[in-house]
Amino acid sequence: MCASTVCPRSCKRPRRAMPELRPMPASPERMVVAFARVLRRRGLDVPVGATVTLAEALARVGVDRRDRVYWACRATLVRRPEDIDAFDEAFDAFWLGHVRAGSQVVVPVPVTLAHDAPDPDPGADPGTDAEEPDAARVTVRWSRAEVLRHRDFAAYTAEEFAEARRLIADLRLAGALRRSRRVRKGRRRRGRPDLRRTVRRALRTSGEPISRAFVEPSQRPRRVVLLCDVSGSMEPYARALVRFLHAAVVGGARVEAFALGTRLTRLTRELSSRDADAAMASAARRVLDWSGGTRLGEGLRAFNDQWGQRGMARGAVVVILSDGWDRGDPELLAVQMGRLQRVAHRVVWVNPLKATPGYAPLAQGMAAALPYVDEFVEGHSLASLETLAEVISR
Amino acid sequence: MVHPVEIESVDDVVAGLAAHEYLADEGLATAVFLAMTLRRPLLLEGEAGVGKTEVAKALARWTGGELLRLQCYEGIDASQAVYEWDYSRQLLHLRAVEAGGREVVEDELYSERFLVRRPLLRAIDYRGDVPPVLLVDEVDRADDEFEAFLLEILSDFAITIPELGTFSARVPPLTVLTSNRTRDVHDALKRRCLYHWIAHPDFERELAILRVRAPKVPEQLAEQVASAVSVLRALDLYKPPGVAETIDWAEALAALNRDLLDESAIDVTLGTILKYREDQERVREHGLPAIVQAAAARHA
Ligand SMILES: Nc1ncnc2c1ncn2[C@@H]1O[C@H](COP(=O)(O)OP(=O)(O)OP(=O)(O)O)[C@@H](O)[C@H]1O
Ligand SMILES: [Mg+2]
Repeated sequence: MCASTVCPRSCKRPRRAMPELRPMPASPERMVVAFARVLRRRGLDVPVGATVTLAEALARVGVDRRDRVYWACRATLVRRPEDIDAFDEAFDAFWLGHVRAGSQVVVPVPVTLAHDAPDPDPGADPGTDAEEPDAARVTVRWSRAEVLRHRDFAAYTAEEFAEARRLIADLRLAGALRRSRRVRKGRRRRGRPDLRRTVRRALRTSGEPISRAFVEPSQRPRRVVLLCDVSGSMEPYARALVRFLHAAVVGGARVEAFALGTRLTRLTRELSSRDADAAMASAARRVLDWSGGTRLGEGLRAFNDQWGQRGMARGAVVVILSDGWDRGDPELLAVQMGRLQRVAHRVVWVNPLKATPGYAPLAQGMAAALPYVDEFVEGHSLASLETLAEVISR
Repeated sequence: MVHPVEIESVDDVVAGLAAHEYLADEGLATAVFLAMTLRRPLLLEGEAGVGKTEVAKALARWTGGELLRLQCYEGIDASQAVYEWDYSRQLLHLRAVEAGGREVVEDELYSERFLVRRPLLRAIDYRGDVPPVLLVDEVDRADDEFEAFLLEILSDFAITIPELGTFSARVPPLTVLTSNRTRDVHDALKRRCLYHWIAHPDFERELAILRVRAPKVPEQLAEQVASAVSVLRALDLYKPPGVAETIDWAEALAALNRDLLDESAIDVTLGTILKYREDQERVREHGLPAIVQAAAARHA
């Protein structure tokens, strides 16, 4: 049902009755090592230490009962609910020797542009072109970096993109501040007295607490949650925006990143590698529906159910990067946006097409979402991402 | 009293916990069994109210070990978790000694007398024969630095206090960590632990829990409540009801002398099962009769 998306809800189904275990042809240790290899092939992270623990565990629970073997394997090898489905398939295949129907690796959806309305008539917007500044005339006044800052990502040449990558990597995100219960040493004389420092000072002055130290509550940035649409219609922007996600995750302590397509994929872990290219590669491996269709409503529902509800979105700045072209049900999208907005500190929608004349009314997904958006900003260029960083921090 | 190492099988765990009013399924019982026999910490994750915290409490009741609970929160640090010096008493002592005309030596101030022992230190340096049950509750609320620190302690079960030396556990405490997954617990910490995801109970187990935890509730009402709850969980709620809410709801209904779950009964008690106004609205929109029907249809 959900091979790689987070889906704790599906995990509550009881294990169905299964046939007996295959007799073990080899020693338990070798079986364990072989099983770990099968799991790794399916993308689970199985450290060597875990296989050692499993061997110990099997020695305790025995190998004669299928359910005990199953649960011993789960307790030692799985550490995230979203891996349970993949684990179950591998378990059935390996220990029971059969493959579940319909459990083949998900075939990526072919690349299609997810337009939900006929192509806009280019002639439908008379007048806007004329107001556009003449590109050639403007560039003479701007430095190269400046040109790059304002150029639409979709119009980048390969060299420009290579150069922009550096600039994107330098962008930093910080959520708006909020007061926290953590305290820091105060410079001013107010707040709670800091007794630890007072005693240390008193010792120096032989027992007289003449200078009392103070602590004051510090301010912590809010969590920032980035949800980036990676469907086909976003293709011209997705590579730049995912780099932006990477810079944000690496640069900030409380940033979470997700890809939204036909499913929801959490990318925080993949993007937390400092090496941008390695991070991109592992994100690309993780996102199975890259450049596929869009189901914004369902993706947001998955986010709300699996993460938002548990508190990730509570008090956070939630940023959705999407053109709002959606094939799903606009009603569902509106409901999910509503749920999100009720818990988030602020919901920011970043739309790379916002700057495109005549765009807005065409995407029904965007129209359904807008009433629940606190800030609606552009996201087609470096300059607009800088603005975004500012919007997020205030 | 049972010493943790004396259990022999997963069935012992099921029975031991059940004797202390916790009904564990096979998966949870296996994970607990392994935590006890391999002496590894157990990380429990799951939605709110599925019974994570209660596992540790039931374990303490069963094993007879002291329950040491460390409630995590944003900004928690070693002084709340491990130990702290009692500064006010140190200052008083300092004054008293100086009033007596004597010099104060630092060693004197940093002795066990002035040490405030927090849960982690108490779990490692415990008195008595039975290892305590250490509950590190809602570890997802602490921050990364604290997690790293916790990892160190859970790896060696030893704590060094510069002024006093190193304390280490003879037998590691039976350790349970819980998380609601508001954020991912760091992988290194997870690798140290056995892991179990506690899902919402199925109908049968929830009914059994009601019988144990809310014995005054009539059987038929308990059945209807258990099935209505599973209907509610399938709706798109912001906070689907946990077991705690199921118990509250059944008790509230029984207290109002309701012995059937009909529309009006749900209407007056909705607030005990759904804590958010949005969820209550959502369910009313869905229609209370639909819930009554679905609950009844389940085992017609
Ligand atoms: N399997 C069970 N057997 C008996 N009682 C249970 C069981 N599961 C849950 N309960 C009951 O549900 C109540 C809530 O459980 P608990 O507080 O442990 O949940 P939790 O998962 O820690 O929730 P939270 O995430 O809100 O901290 C407990 O008081 C307990 O009475
Ligand atoms: Mg709890």
